[in-house]
Amino acid sequence: MKRSNAPIFWLLFGGGGMLAALFGTVLVFITGLAAPLAWPFGPDLLSYPRVLAFAQNWIGKGFLFVIIMLFAWHAAHRIKVTLHDVGIHPGPVSKLVCYGGAMAITVVAAASLLSIGF
Amino acid sequence: MSVKVGVRRPYIRPMQGWWRRDPFFIRYMLREATAFAVLAYSIVLAVGVARLAQGEAAWNAWLAALKTPGSILLHLVLLVSFAVHARSWFEIMPKTMPMMFVGGHRVEGSAITRTGWTATVVVTLAMFALTWWWKK
Amino acid sequence: MPESKRIEIQVLRYRPEQEDEPVWQSYYVPFTDDMSVLQGLQHIKDDIDGTLSFRWSCRMAICGSCGMMVNGTPKLSCQTFLRDLLPGPVRVEALAHFPIERDLVVSVEPFVKKLESVKPYIIPKKPRTLDQGEYLQTPEELELFEQYSSCINCMLCYAACPQFGLNPDFTGPGVLALAHRYNADSRDGGRDERMEILSTEEGVWSCTAVGYCSVVCPKHVDPANAVNQNKVNSAKDYFLRFLSPKGASK
Repeated sequence: MKRSNAPIFWLLFGGGGMLAALFGTVLVFITGLAAPLAWPFGPDLLSYPRVLAFAQNWIGKGFLFVIIMLFAWHAAHRIKVTLHDVGIHPGPVSKLVCYGGAMAITVVAAASLLSIGF
Repeated sequence: MSVKVGVRRPYIRPMQGWWRRDPFFIRYMLREATAFAVLAYSIVLAVGVARLAQGEAAWNAWLAALKTPGSILLHLVLLVSFAVHARSWFEIMPKTMPMMFVGGHRVEGSAITRTGWTATVVVTLAMFALTWWWKK
Repeated sequence: MPESKRIEIQVLRYRPEQEDEPVWQSYYVPFTDDMSVLQGLQHIKDDIDGTLSFRWSCRMAICGSCGMMVNGTPKLSCQTFLRDLLPGPVRVEALAHFPIERDLVVSVEPFVKKLESVKPYIIPKKPRTLDQGEYLQTPEELELFEQYSSCINCMLCYAACPQFGLNPDFTGPGVLALAHRYNADSRDGGRDERMEILSTEEGVWSCTAVGYCSVVCPKHVDPANAVNQNKVNSAKDYFLRFLSPKGASK
């Protein structure tokens, strides 16, 4: 029987899942609720100069990239497996859609973050 | 009445709808479904950095989009989903770890789950503190 | 003399020589508070319908023969009591995810073949002679594998596992727990050989950590833990095989 390549995707799934568990809730709150609703950090939390400086800083850039990438690969693997659970079995199409989608998100994030500069 | 002995015709029962047959499986599928929230948020952030890269006007348009009722509602749903993800993640985490011993005693799975939750609380508070400091 | 209570037991019958699909049949069984589902079935076979087929042996939850679905949950019928299922009806069906041979009897041979494939015996690290005496183990070394050795091969975990239901080629929780029992034993040196099975798609990688296997196990083996901690081992083996001089497993 053939050795599976699952470890690659499982490690990405695990890393993304751990980050999502630790950081996900607070990040969603800050970026999606606290900032737009101007509470409790005020209305300028995500102002352009501030966010640009964050994304140009190598720590901020790295953090954003790792979050976006690992969340995408975590979701891709889990969705592929869940499709199997509901009867859509793993094949070239489901792998292409799921992992291809994660790759697309990774590329968009990397390209954007690089073009913002340092 | 004659009975044909030795007739083997194994019957295979269908798996359709298997996860609806037990509350345990329904909870499992809800846990797996949180992946869609993780995917959605990853896309939200990716679009955000793409808009950031396009300049101030694009970024401000993005901020305006985040203020719409649709976006707020989406993020409320995402918030709940991420909380469900965190809870179910730490619940299953002990199963992925080898047996651990501290001072000659086996570390219980519940201790590992609690450690995970504690770490989340610490990270959350740290993020709030960092954001507050960053805002200045 | 007090009138005995009766409970309805509905059994999914299947006789391949006379029907194409399983069919439910109802029996009314007199019972006392100490009767198990197994005893209910035995009453049916002895006094009501001798054609009912089911496996059983020890009737004390150690042989692993009497696994079946009771009200939709995998159970040992000798360990499940009619008093807990009142007022009934009690629905009894062959163990889920297995092909039904007849009534409550399922095909067991694939499970046995899988068990044989993981070499469920101590493969010594070094050859050892009798005059070297017994192996010595600390209590901690014993604890590392002891719970996994409690497996009675009852296959309730397979009935609980949807991944096995969806893919019958999955090695499954019980066999993987037994593979781990030997991998975790300090006397054993067969990890690399067993990794050839564990590291395949049908090995640990079909598992999605549903966890229901550990819930239904009557011996508290915790197969979910055995399988999922071996994902880490399989991943280590996958990436580190290029570093090891003999290339780890193939």
